[in-house]
Amino acid sequence: MADTSVPLAMRQPVSLRLASNVFLLFWLLLAAFPLVWVLAMSFKSPVDAFSSSAWAVLSGPRTLADGNGLSIVDIVLGIAVAWGAIRAATRWLMPMAAGEGLAQKAFSWIVVSLGFALLFILGFFVALPWVATPIEGLLGPLGQPILGLTTQHYQSVWVENAFYENFRNSMIVTFGVVTVSLTVGTLAGYGLARSGSTLAFWILIIALVFRALPHSVLVAGYLPVFINSAEILRPFLGENAPTLYGQPLAVIAVLVSINQPFTIWMLRSFFQNIPHELDESARVDGCTHFQAFRWVIMPVMWPGIITTGLFSFLLAYNDFLVTSLLLDASNQTMVPAIAGYFNRETTTTDQVEAIAAAVSITAPLFLLVMIFQRQIVSGLTAGAVKG
Amino acid sequence: MKFKTFAMFVGPSVVLMLLFIAFPLVTVLINSFQVTNPVFITQEVETCTPGFVTQTCTTEVKTIPVLDEDGDVVRVTQWVGFSSYANVLGGERFSRAIADLDLGQLANIDFWKALRFTLTFTLVTLPFVLVLGLSIALVVNNASKSIKGPVIFVSLLPFIITPVIGALSIRWLFYGDGIVTVWLEALFDTNLSVAANGWAVEFLMMFYRVWHVAPFAFVILYAGLQTVNRDTLESAMIDGASRWERLRFVIIPHLMPLIVFITLIHLMDAYRAFEEVIGFSSESHRITLQYLTYDYLQPDDAGNRQISSASASAMLTMIGVVILLAAPLRRTWRDQRGA
Repeated sequence: MADTSVPLAMRQPVSLRLASNVFLLFWLLLAAFPLVWVLAMSFKSPVDAFSSSAWAVLSGPRTLADGNGLSIVDIVLGIAVAWGAIRAATRWLMPMAAGEGLAQKAFSWIVVSLGFALLFILGFFVALPWVATPIEGLLGPLGQPILGLTTQHYQSVWVENAFYENFRNSMIVTFGVVTVSLTVGTLAGYGLARSGSTLAFWILIIALVFRALPHSVLVAGYLPVFINSAEILRPFLGENAPTLYGQPLAVIAVLVSINQPFTIWMLRSFFQNIPHELDESARVDGCTHFQAFRWVIMPVMWPGIITTGLFSFLLAYNDFLVTSLLLDASNQTMVPAIAGYFNRETTTTDQVEAIAAAVSITAPLFLLVMIFQRQIVSGLTAGAVKG
Repeated sequence: MKFKTFAMFVGPSVVLMLLFIAFPLVTVLINSFQVTNPVFITQEVETCTPGFVTQTCTTEVKTIPVLDEDGDVVRVTQWVGFSSYANVLGGERFSRAIADLDLGQLANIDFWKALRFTLTFTLVTLPFVLVLGLSIALVVNNASKSIKGPVIFVSLLPFIITPVIGALSIRWLFYGDGIVTVWLEALFDTNLSVAANGWAVEFLMMFYRVWHVAPFAFVILYAGLQTVNRDTLESAMIDGASRWERLRFVIIPHLMPLIVFITLIHLMDAYRAFEEVIGFSSESHRITLQYLTYDYLQPDDAGNRQISSASASAMLTMIGVVILLAAPLRRTWRDQRGA
């Protein structure tokens, strides 16, 4: 802080700066500790994970004794791979995601990130052991395992307990919610931003009231209708009338609607920041409202869309209440599925598996913040400044 | 913009909101006055067992559900007026508790228990969220530029994480022989059992909520700090205002609209707290209003859901939202009108 841009009178005494930095450090510890600790637990055998000694949780003596350990060679190689991966992510992926691109760019970004995740998993779990084993043999004492670490809980969660099915369901619901809610919300947000009518004003106010509704109130309304929907819809649809309960499509529709109030408020404030003159000049040139929207607004609206999409993603991905009540066990998403693990509480192994599942759910969110930090921050503040 | 064009732009969104938000509200309102039950009939059934000389016959009165020709249970829907509400509010027990002026008895009824906790939870966490958020914002604003990015990254994690999992990650630190509990036990030389103590669980739930929402307050207030007028600050300093006075009389008034915004969002979100109950498995100690409705909606052992009670408790929860938000909503209404 000793830079010369700060006026002399604005500089702070050392004690204040020290206190300020200590507090910052305290907050960072508070924010990160639970997550880091859970991450450490997920890689240990149950005895270590629930050990009362912090050092045992970190170093994992029992895990090591069971024959699951990492040597110095493994650790060095692992750090190298992880570092390379982070570098690759910041070098290639971040500029791509940050670029104000088009839909194609978003699509190519998804492909790239999926490919990256695949390469990372292959590199870490297949290539790394394959390279490390011969080197360890050569190095002798350096090749001896020193740190207990096991991925067996992840294996039992993902392979034996078929967590990938929950993952797939989560992806279906999340993808559906994000695309539908952005399509519907963009149109509405644009309409609301460009219309000063009383009707638009009332729609916004009512949407704000809807935003405050507890989701359980709405689910209480859906459940009886969804369960009996085959009977209710039979007069209209005949014998093919579906039972909406347990249908991912129904859940997508529900989550999109619940999310609409937030989406239209947010997108409206983004569209208000795009100058009126832009689409008005297009209209003077003979475009209809839709043409102006398609050819003038759409190319410049992507930052707002990405930000709103992120928040729709979070809502759908993090939801527990709606998905757990409206989907049955056969197509459960990840977050409600985890409740099954820690409610069993039969053995500590179940507990550690729940922890591994929790870390698996968190990992994509972690990547999301890493890549989209700027958009998330801008989205949070855009709502505050305008709303 | 012509009305027709406007309708085409806004139409899909409005239809979705009508279909999936307004319509369910009407259903809930109607359902809260109705009870759907299977129809039972009482029948005299004579069962005879072969005995010596004569048969021994017993006649029993049995209640059996009526089946239709497909073999399904016949259900009938009855208009019950406010009886579901009375049921949720505690009925007899409620009037007795009121007559005795016994708050403890009142707090044993699920609805009042949930209301008590939800309100305490909402109001107690609010000041902590604001103060912690503002402190982090001030401190980060004070930190050197190079570390701001990573600091914001780490700070966003508690906010972005799935609420159930955030609650779980704190639960695992405390429940049973969680590491923090072990440290606390060593520090105070006692034996702690966090999961069995209602107040400890309540404290943890509040702690989780503050941990989860403070980053949100921080990001918004930090953005607000960037727009504080430097000249005003400097003239305040020339007038001899101390650091604290500058914060109190220049910075906080500047941030006031944002603080109001955070308060509004926090009231909305904390009032519908739900994930805490799942994450901390606190249903035997502390429940929230939203969990109460969720609990009624869960099928019981026989597979029946108490739709009517759920609807009644949902309506009561809604009334709470309306009361809570009346003042801030009127403000927004006036602001938007004026704009």
